[in-house]
Order: sequence, then structure tokens, then C-alpha cells
Amino acid sequence: MSHFPYGVAAWLFLVGLYGIVTSRNLVHLVISLAVLQSSTYILLLGVGYRTGAVAPIFATIPPSTPAVDPVVQALVLTDIVVEVTVVALILALVVQVHKRHGTIDPDELRKLRD
Amino acid sequence: MRKSTSARRRSHDRGAASCGLSLVAIAALVVVRTRDPVAQSVTVSFYGVLLAVLFVLFQAPDVALSQIVVCAVALPLMILLALAKIKKQREHEP
Amino acid sequence: MNRKTRLALFAAGAAVLAGVFAIAFAGLPPLGNYRGPYGQMVNALVVPERNVTDAVTAVNFDIRGFDTLGEEFILFISVMGAALLLRRQSDESDREHADHADDREVAAPSDAMRAAGMLLTAPTLLFGIYIVLHGQLTPGGGFQGGVILASGALLVYLVGEFGNFRAAVPRAVVHAMEAIGAGVYPAVGLATLAAGGAFLQNILPLGARGSILSGGTIPIINAGVALEVCGGITLVMIVYLEETLEQKEE
Repeated sequence: MSHFPYGVAAWLFLVGLYGIVTSRNLVHLVISLAVLQSSTYILLLGVGYRTGAVAPIFATIPPSTPAVDPVVQALVLTDIVVEVTVVALILALVVQVHKRHGTIDPDELRKLRD
Repeated sequence: MRKSTSARRRSHDRGAASCGLSLVAIAALVVVRTRDPVAQSVTVSFYGVLLAVLFVLFQAPDVALSQIVVCAVALPLMILLALAKIKKQREHEP
Repeated sequence: MNRKTRLALFAAGAAVLAGVFAIAFAGLPPLGNYRGPYGQMVNALVVPERNVTDAVTAVNFDIRGFDTLGEEFILFISVMGAALLLRRQSDESDREHADHADDREVAAPSDAMRAAGMLLTAPTLLFGIYIVLHGQLTPGGGFQGGVILASGALLVYLVGEFGNFRAAVPRAVVHAMEAIGAGVYPAVGLATLAAGGAFLQNILPLGARGSILSGGTIPIINAGVALEVCGGITLVMIVYLEETLEQKEE
């Protein structure tokens, strides 16, 4: 349990990478990329967690209550929203690739290049 | 007595967090093994909600809110829009 | 290189990577033994020094405000890139007119979806505005609220047709929203620079703890980021939908 989140983060990274390597469809590849990105969120939040601490929102609790680290949460929060627009950009690239070559299968595209 | 209550709560927190982590690990494998992109958009949005539950267990409500609105609304939207555009381009081809 | 070779190569590389991960993560402190002093210092100082109660939003827009400026511009550039990639090419406009002949059956939204969408649009927009305004008090902020507002616009499209969506959010308005939102952040920074402080230093009066206008420059930057995120995601939707469903409204 003590290093379980880090293990799950490594597992998610490898699973996402496996999805990218064995993908037969560029859109499936992009979604595996999103899974790969989520591994970093779990790693960061696992680093900032304190046992027995609460969320860093001091609206109803006194400011001296032990709380988890807010800096890693700020990093992950902006990262999640920026990720979706970057996925939109990559999907726009996929649409253009399909317009030019007529296929979104990475193996076929590789054959076209040769 | 107080010591045992907080120790029990701590073990409950740990149990819930490890349960959440195992579910997320299994869900990631399911997302990657789904080959059809349309089905995958549903799977990835469910994976996002599972991640948001895990973030709440890690005491991060801001991040969980962000993850829910992005992964359950915006990400499937982008995927389906791209797929619709690709399908329309296929209909144009001679 | 066929699939089997690629898979074997990947398995070997993944095994090495897993070993490296195991060595690296064994050195991290076990879960719950958070050691860093920076987070504890931020938690202790946020309420007395900035008068806000949400430490994460204060870190995002004030204490690490410069990083969020960079992230906001990553978002802006990605949206611009997607819009540029999907712009109408000169050869496509002829083809668009040619395909009006074929009869593409597009199902109208069902009554249940229409009813649910119409009931949900106004509360979604209201909820989005609430999340943005209370960003520095409770969990929320510009980023989350902006996406919720964009999903309100998406509901308008789902309930009606693309023509309704275009009438509700004209493209010029979306462009203006995104540009103004992206410009507010560096404008605040330059204004504080001109007023004698550092770039993005919080020099406005801090207000009463718990009120919407507390936190100095934080509510202003919050609103700017919400405008930008909402405008960005709506623009991506418009750009994707414009060519795909152009024929529906003709």
C-alpha cells in the first residue's frame, strides 16, 4: 500500500504505451495517449498526499488544519484542461492525414511512405 | 478510544484508496483494449469518472471537478467530432 | 517491421522501463509521508496573506501565477492550431455545393433529449458562472467553470440544429471572448508592473474573507481564464462542426 499509487502510475504509463504501439487506428492512438497522460496525475497526487489530512479548502475549517499539498493539485488541474485542447489539435491533424491519404491506419500510412 | 477511531478511519481511507487504484488500473487496460474509437469514447469517459472518484479519495476536489467536466464532456465530444468529420470525408471519396 | 517484431521490441523495452520505474519509485517516500515544506507553508500562509479560502486557486493564479499564464497560452495556441488546420480549403467549397444532391438522413433529436436539454441549458450556464465566481472560496475556478460554460453551448447544439447553435454563439463573439480572456492575464501583469510592483504581483485591496471579490487580482484573472477556456472549447466545436454539417441548414 505504501508505494501502490506509484506502481499504478507506472502501470498506466506502460498500458498507454502498449496502446500506442499496437494501435491500428489513429484515433485509438490518441485516446491511449490520454491514458498515458493520466499516469502523471496519479503520481503527482500520490506524492502530495498526507495521511489523515483534508483537502486544502479552508472555508469551514481553521487554517491550521493539516491539509494535503495544494501545489501539485494546481499543476494537475491546469494540465487536465490543457490536455483536452491538445487532443483536439492532434485530432485535427488526424483529420487532415485522412483527407490527404484516405486512411487512418498507422500500418497503411507506413506503407504509403515507402 | 480516540486513537482507535482515527486508526480505523485511516485504514478505511487506505482501503478505499487501494480499491480505487485497482479499479483505475483495470479500467485503463479496458480502455486500451477497446479497438473501436466510438466505443472507446464511452469507455474513456467512464475511466475519467473513475479517476475523478480516485482524486476525491486523495482529498483533491478541485482536480476531481476538472477531471469530470473534461473527461466526461469535452473529451468524448472531441473524439466524436473528429470521427464524424472523417466519416464525412469518406463519403466524399470517389 | 511487422507487428510481431514490433510487439517483441516493445515488450523488451517495457520490461527495462518497468525496472527503471521500480528503482526510481522505491526511493520516493511511502504514501502519506509527505515531506516537502513548500506545501505546508502555502497552506499556512494562504488565508492570512491573501484572504482566500481555496488554496489551490490561490496557488494557480497568484503564488504560481506565471506558470498558469504559460498554460493558458498553450490552450490558446492549440485552439488556434486546430482552427487553422480545419479551415475551409479552396478546393472544398466546390465539393460542398456538389453533395447537396445526396440524401443524408440525419435523425432529429428525440423528444426526451429535447426536453432534457432545454431544461438543463440554463442551470448548466448558471452553475458554470457560480463555479467561476466562487473559484477562490470553494473548489472551482476559471478552468473548470469555463469548460462547464462551453458544455452549456454544446447543449444548445444537441437540442437544436447547427443553425440554432450558430445563431446562439456567433463566431465573431466566440473569437472576441477568447481573445479578451487570453489578453486579460498579461494585461493584469503589465498593469501591476506599471503600478510599481512586480509582474503579476497582487497589489489590489484584498477584500473581506469569504466574499466574491476577495483576493485582489485573483477574481479578475479567474474571470479572464474562464472566458478564454469557454471561448476556446466552443471555437473548436464550431470549427469541427462547420464543415461536417454545413448541408443541414441549407
